Amino acid sequence: MPAITFHHENGTTDLIEAVAGTSVMRAAVTNGVDGIVGECGGQAMCATCHVYVREEYLDRLPTMSDDEEEMLEVTASPRDEERSRLGCQLKITSTLTEIAVDVPVTQVHP
Amino acid sequence: MTDNIVIIGGGQSGVQLADSLRTEGHTGAITLFASEAHLPYQRPPLSKDFISDQADASALPLRAQRFFEDRAVTFHPGVTVTTIDRDAKTVTASDGTTTVYSSLVFATGARNRTLSIEGSALAGIHYLRTVDDATLLRQELAGARRAVVVGAGFIGLEFAASARARGLDVTVLEFGPRPMGRVLSEPMSRYFTEAHTRSGIALRLGEGIASFAGDGGRVTTAIGTTGTEYPADLVLVGVGVIPNDELASACGVPCENGIIVDERLQSSDPNVFALGDCARYPHAQTGTMTRLESVQNATDQAKTLAKTLTGTPADYTSLAWFWSQQGSIKLQIAGITDGHTDSVLRGDIDGDKFSIYCFRDGTLVGVESVNSPADHMTARRLLSGAMPLSTAQLADASFDLKAYSKSLVPTAESV
Repeated sequence: MPAITFHHENGTTDLIEAVAGTSVMRAAVTNGVDGIVGECGGQAMCATCHVYVREEYLDRLPTMSDDEEEMLEVTASPRDEERSRLGCQLKITSTLTEIAVDVPVTQVHP
Repeated sequence: MTDNIVIIGGGQSGVQLADSLRTEGHTGAITLFASEAHLPYQRPPLSKDFISDQADASALPLRAQRFFEDRAVTFHPGVTVTTIDRDAKTVTASDGTTTVYSSLVFATGARNRTLSIEGSALAGIHYLRTVDDATLLRQELAGARRAVVVGAGFIGLEFAASARARGLDVTVLEFGPRPMGRVLSEPMSRYFTEAHTRSGIALRLGEGIASFAGDGGRVTTAIGTTGTEYPADLVLVGVGVIPNDELASACGVPCENGIIVDERLQSSDPNVFALGDCARYPHAQTGTMTRLESVQNATDQAKTLAKTLTGTPADYTSLAWFWSQQGSIKLQIAGITDGHTDSVLRGDIDGDKFSIYCFRDGTLVGVESVNSPADHMTARRLLSGAMPLSTAQLADASFDLKAYSKSLVPTAESV
């Protein structure tokens, strides 16, 4: 079963199994992973599912759309030029069968 | 003394309140009644992704199944509260149980306004609010060729764009002179009229629905107020909502197009509160009694009320914001543009990427953005900080609004 690993700031991890077609955001929200909000329901419009993808998975990610590119400029936690993505845009596929991400400290602007 | 916060309603505001009460340290009981039998889910995708032809089969939950156990919330799915006794401080539910409360919160939401005209009970005429509505609609969409949408509001146009993207012929009937006329500025309405028309949607402005005709109990034709007949395999009606305030009204809590509450979301009964779509409250920015139907309003009111109910009374003052996705157009609105007197457009309207800044008597009151999420986030900062800004500054294309917004308000990015 494909799996997504969420690494939290405090050192804990959540390992979530996910079927193909499931996004990192949906897997997190459905399984109650802390720190992923997904307020807009996956439209790349709220930037509350921001994640830092671990380096070993970066070459397998889908291309970034203009929408995602722009949303990553307004995340609550600072953008990492290499590793920042929106979880709603990262879907489990035949080429991306597993992924590990770090969850930002906050998703919501003060 | 009982320490049990009873929440009526399992939508965005009710579930967020249960969550935030624990975050704020509430140690007493929390009881949540939800009239739908499903695990609480997000409604916004139902009129967008959920009915596209590449939809994920399941609705997106608001919280995981284990949330209710983890947060010690006594959850009653598919159970409706039928009567309330405010003297005894009890609620009686459709499963026959009676529950005592210390505080009672109405998060009862709203329901669709329905048509009662000739033919309106025919099969094939749909409304969209629940996941059951959306599932049925999605099934029927698969075999439909011609759809008629009644009402050019958010729901109607989101559906129209989805149906058009699936290749259906789509006609939208709108009684008013422009689409989303209740919430959008005139130039933004005009942009949407042109964009939807370009995509092949027939937008009939100034024409309402008169009646429906059918064959074998199923709708075949929608007849507009001009007498024009529009063939239809499927009809979607999106003509607004009615707040669910009858239960509150029945136990004597004052209501008028929603449950009347104050800045702290408290009704005239100090133990009774309301929030989300069903609540009418004094709006901090506009100063008028307001009832908003949005995820932001529901979520932020819940977070605020959780503070009040855990001993740190707080007024609700959050900035309102909204979004809609119609085909490839992402619309985001920050603030309340109602009653604005002036507007400035920035960006590239021909390239479908721009924002309209709305002013009322010289003060920025709201910003509508198309395919410009960074503009929207900047607008939220500007409006929350009540930063001084003139139409002249905005009309200057070289003025760096983003840098200006960051210069005056500390944000997570700049600290």
